[in-house]
Amino acid sequence: MRVAVPVFPGSNCDHDALHACGTVMGWDTIPVWHQETRLPENTELVFVPGGFSYGDYLRCGAIAALAPIMADVKRHADNGGLVLGVCNGFQILCEAQLLPGALLRNESLRFIHANVHLRVERADLPFTRAMKAGEVFQVPIAHAEGNFTLDPADLADLEARGGVAFRYCSPAGEIGEDHVPNGAMNGIAGIVNVQGNVLGMMPHPERAVDPRLGPTGGLGMFRSLAEAFSRA
Amino acid sequence: MKVRVSVQLKPGILDPQGKAVEQGLHGFGFDVEHVRIGRLIDMDVPGTDPAEVKAKALAMCEKLLVNPVMEKASIEVL
Repeated sequence: MRVAVPVFPGSNCDHDALHACGTVMGWDTIPVWHQETRLPENTELVFVPGGFSYGDYLRCGAIAALAPIMADVKRHADNGGLVLGVCNGFQILCEAQLLPGALLRNESLRFIHANVHLRVERADLPFTRAMKAGEVFQVPIAHAEGNFTLDPADLADLEARGGVAFRYCSPAGEIGEDHVPNGAMNGIAGIVNVQGNVLGMMPHPERAVDPRLGPTGGLGMFRSLAEAFSRA
Repeated sequence: MKVRVSVQLKPGILDPQGKAVEQGLHGFGFDVEHVRIGRLIDMDVPGTDPAEVKAKALAMCEKLLVNPVMEKASIEVL
């Protein structure tokens, strides 16, 4: 299993991604500088990490979406390769039009860091196959722009095709505005493309995988990926 | 030619910054509503034909300056 982690100026969760995929999961995990034009050969998963790529200039993720490496990330995605974007990585995937929607400033205007609960809406994806639909897991968030937005018609399409992978919820799995930390429409925390190979999410599963560092709610996603690859 | 692109959030898109500024203005006793915050981008674009320069600016909006999910732009050749 080979994982590529694109690194942009201002990425700051690249090491979390390298730690989760490399140290914890034992996958062959390679950081790739944004100026590179090719992903390492036989890359199976591209993990677009969080941070503040290019200082969030213009719009979060807008400049990173144009970085040279992103052309090859798009090619990888078009060929069915897996792409996971977390936090700023999610914003980058939206700006690169690999995923629909945009992440606006949190409703509160504040940077939020907290442990939140997510409900699995899709358990049939390579990212979630070891989890169950309706399962609740706890992962941290840390963002100022996580307010997922889409125009009403596209939002209805996204919901109708099952494009929502994760929703914010209560510890018991209840959905509702009270449990949405950032104002995201329909409580959306993570979405997936039509083909099911590109997933973006604001919460950080890669920060919840090592028992030495705290809760391990993110492991379900990494176990899912391990399972997906062992069967590939 | 000097070109000014003004980028605004689309109607209906929540603008928490605008809301916060509106509340601040209310705090000073100003009677205002629907405060929306946008972005102005000024630049020099080579060319002498305003229509051509405007077309170039439009292409820039489509490629980078505007996210059509949440924003709209107007272009002014100054």
